[in-house]
Amino acid sequence: MDVVMLSRIQFAVTAAFHFIFVPLTLGLSWLIAYMEWKYVKTGDEMYLKMTKFWGKLFLINFALGVVTGITMEFQFGMNWAEYSKYVGDIFGAPLAIEATLAFFLESTFIGVWIFGWNRISKKLHALSITIVAFATNLSALWILLANGWMQNPVGYVLRNGRAEMVDFWALLTNPYGWTKFFHTLTSSYILGAFFVMAIAAYHIMKKSNVTLFKASFRYAAVFALASSLLVLASGDFHGIEVAKVQPTKFAAMESHWETKRGAGYPLLVIPDPENERNAVEAVVIPKMLSMLAFHNPDAEVKGLKDFRKEDRPPVTITFLSFRLMVAMGMFFILASLVAVYLSIKDRLETNQWFLRLMLYALPIPYIGVQVGWIVAEVGRQPWAVYGVLRTADGVSKSVEPIQVIVSLIGFTLLYGTLAIVDFYLLKKYATSDPDDNLKEIVRMTRA
Amino acid sequence: MEYQIIWFVLWAVLWAVYFMLDGFDFGIAMIQPLVAENDAERRVVLNSIGPVWDGNEVWLITAGGATFAAFPTTYALMFSYLYTALLLVLFALIVRGVAIDFRGKVDSPAWKSAWDKAFVVSSFLPSLLFGVAFGNIFRGLPMDAAGYHGSLFSLLNPYGLLTGVLFVLLFAVHGGLWLSIRTKGAIMNRSRAVAMKLWFPLVAIAVVFLGATAVSTRLYDNYVAMPLLFTVPAIAVVSLLAVGHFTKRDQTVKAFAASCLTIVMVTFTGVIGLFPSLIPSSIDPKYNLTIFNSSSSIYTLKIMTVVALIFVPIVIAYQIWTYRIFSERLSAEEIVQDEHAY
Repeated sequence: MDVVMLSRIQFAVTAAFHFIFVPLTLGLSWLIAYMEWKYVKTGDEMYLKMTKFWGKLFLINFALGVVTGITMEFQFGMNWAEYSKYVGDIFGAPLAIEATLAFFLESTFIGVWIFGWNRISKKLHALSITIVAFATNLSALWILLANGWMQNPVGYVLRNGRAEMVDFWALLTNPYGWTKFFHTLTSSYILGAFFVMAIAAYHIMKKSNVTLFKASFRYAAVFALASSLLVLASGDFHGIEVAKVQPTKFAAMESHWETKRGAGYPLLVIPDPENERNAVEAVVIPKMLSMLAFHNPDAEVKGLKDFRKEDRPPVTITFLSFRLMVAMGMFFILASLVAVYLSIKDRLETNQWFLRLMLYALPIPYIGVQVGWIVAEVGRQPWAVYGVLRTADGVSKSVEPIQVIVSLIGFTLLYGTLAIVDFYLLKKYATSDPDDNLKEIVRMTRA
Repeated sequence: MEYQIIWFVLWAVLWAVYFMLDGFDFGIAMIQPLVAENDAERRVVLNSIGPVWDGNEVWLITAGGATFAAFPTTYALMFSYLYTALLLVLFALIVRGVAIDFRGKVDSPAWKSAWDKAFVVSSFLPSLLFGVAFGNIFRGLPMDAAGYHGSLFSLLNPYGLLTGVLFVLLFAVHGGLWLSIRTKGAIMNRSRAVAMKLWFPLVAIAVVFLGATAVSTRLYDNYVAMPLLFTVPAIAVVSLLAVGHFTKRDQTVKAFAASCLTIVMVTFTGVIGLFPSLIPSSIDPKYNLTIFNSSSSIYTLKIMTVVALIFVPIVIAYQIWTYRIFSERLSAEEIVQDEHAY
């Protein structure tokens, strides 16, 4: 394998691994902030226990999100030096701004939150986790504006042999970046909410701290419902952006080969990229694809055959990932509707099947966000910057295949070990009784 | 043209502040086996940086991000040329962050001891490698129009290793002084004693480094051209001597302040010598990566300047605030009672 392929695999592995932890940080931080503010307002110790229980899980996850994030910043230069040289003038800015505006804030105040329990006022303490939540979301905005630029390059000119920024405002207001931001953010909120519901369901089934976990479940259910509706809306708007600026990605997402006006939407599709067609195409909803692409039933939707083969992304994986993501999105709406209904009517305990479903549904949002990124990144191929720089042209010239093989093996071993340790710790703390901590402290102070 | 110079200064400041802050984070870990005798004491060492280490490390992320945004060509070539060395730094930083956070999460001596070892090694390695990397940057990298002609092993030349050892000792002393102002009791006394002991080899290495720099690098060219600049290394030398002076007299707060100043001035000494290069070529100066031939456009530099001038002071303000609220000294007796500590 050559350096390009190896570097692509390494980027995919490290980015996917990083994004196991990021969405939980984005979503859970708001829920914990809400719980702690409830404690500040009511003074009820249950909310304190609740905050600390979810806070422990949050911190285990947060640590891995931070350390795997450093990899991403290093890798652009290490493996993608030509890319970095070519677009650094405009792409480097949002990354540097992210560190200065958001990452400092998040990393400083997480320390205040962990260690500040008895040192600062209750309000200031609750404010710390709120700042962390805000900062992680702000961080996501800058990263997605950077990624949004790779998808829909704006505000630059090609000059001096590279892409130079001429309009910072255009970068800042790139509609592609913003719709992607809202879509990513709301899907991360779903993940955070389903994480809380799954673990709360486990405890409700075990009848431990039922009041605490039913309340946690209820907050998460409401958060999940709002987020899953917003993920649908932002996905719809984002889809229009994709259809407008990345016709090859849109066509690959739908495995759409022939350019058509008033294109229909086949529910059943089996792509056959070898022969540039679909082996099966059935149960067609008339004009639906044109509706989805442009909110206009008669709009023309470009097919893949309109583009040269070397300009098309891999179809099958993009298409399947997209379908899977959409199906999961539907599941989130239905499941959170039921979750809100049952928890508001206080019927969770009499519907054990649903609690079990929610426990086992925990991997679904994790898979959902991963396939979403596959659509975004594989669908952008063969471009690193859509229409401007091909992925193959972005790779480092001075790096040898053996160096990337070694680093890829290193990352796989290191990340594999971290994944096991993380899973072990999360399970240990997720299944532990929130009262155990208190007992432990009492025992230690007596000894 | 002046924007490139602003960013050259900011670049130096970001690295200097990073080394000054994460320097004691690394340092306390490297001397942990020498100053902590039991689990409670090891927890004191770890918790002395508990609330601040993560924020300190962001200075590295920002230094990297600023290099990317302001000098993209330097960022691209520096990171790809030093691929394997930076990979090791990266792995160490990952393991270190996880070790700090996970050590206290399972109540088992084997678990804790494994993460303790990881903490020590993963703090030593970046200290050494940052020194090796900067030593090689001071020397210049073997690069020309065809690219890079070095490897991980060519980085391990005597001058690179010397700078590596200098960084390790600087950080170890710095960490010892940090612990002696952030703890009380036996651990405080031991930390001060370790800082004092390591100060002597540090001075010796620093003298060798200043001499070797004249032989192995062109850093002094700028100083000879503008002798006024010699005040910077002079301050570095005086503050390094002050570290020993104050440590000996048990004035550890002053000693720590002098140690901060030493690290900043050592970094500045090197970077001033580089000007206007960021990475010189050891083959021919015409291949030097300078702030002019590797910078972003003036437009980008202007935007980044506005961002930095507004937000970096804000960052400094809230980080100082956190240092103040967590300035109470830690002890082994109290740490075992604190459920929120690492």
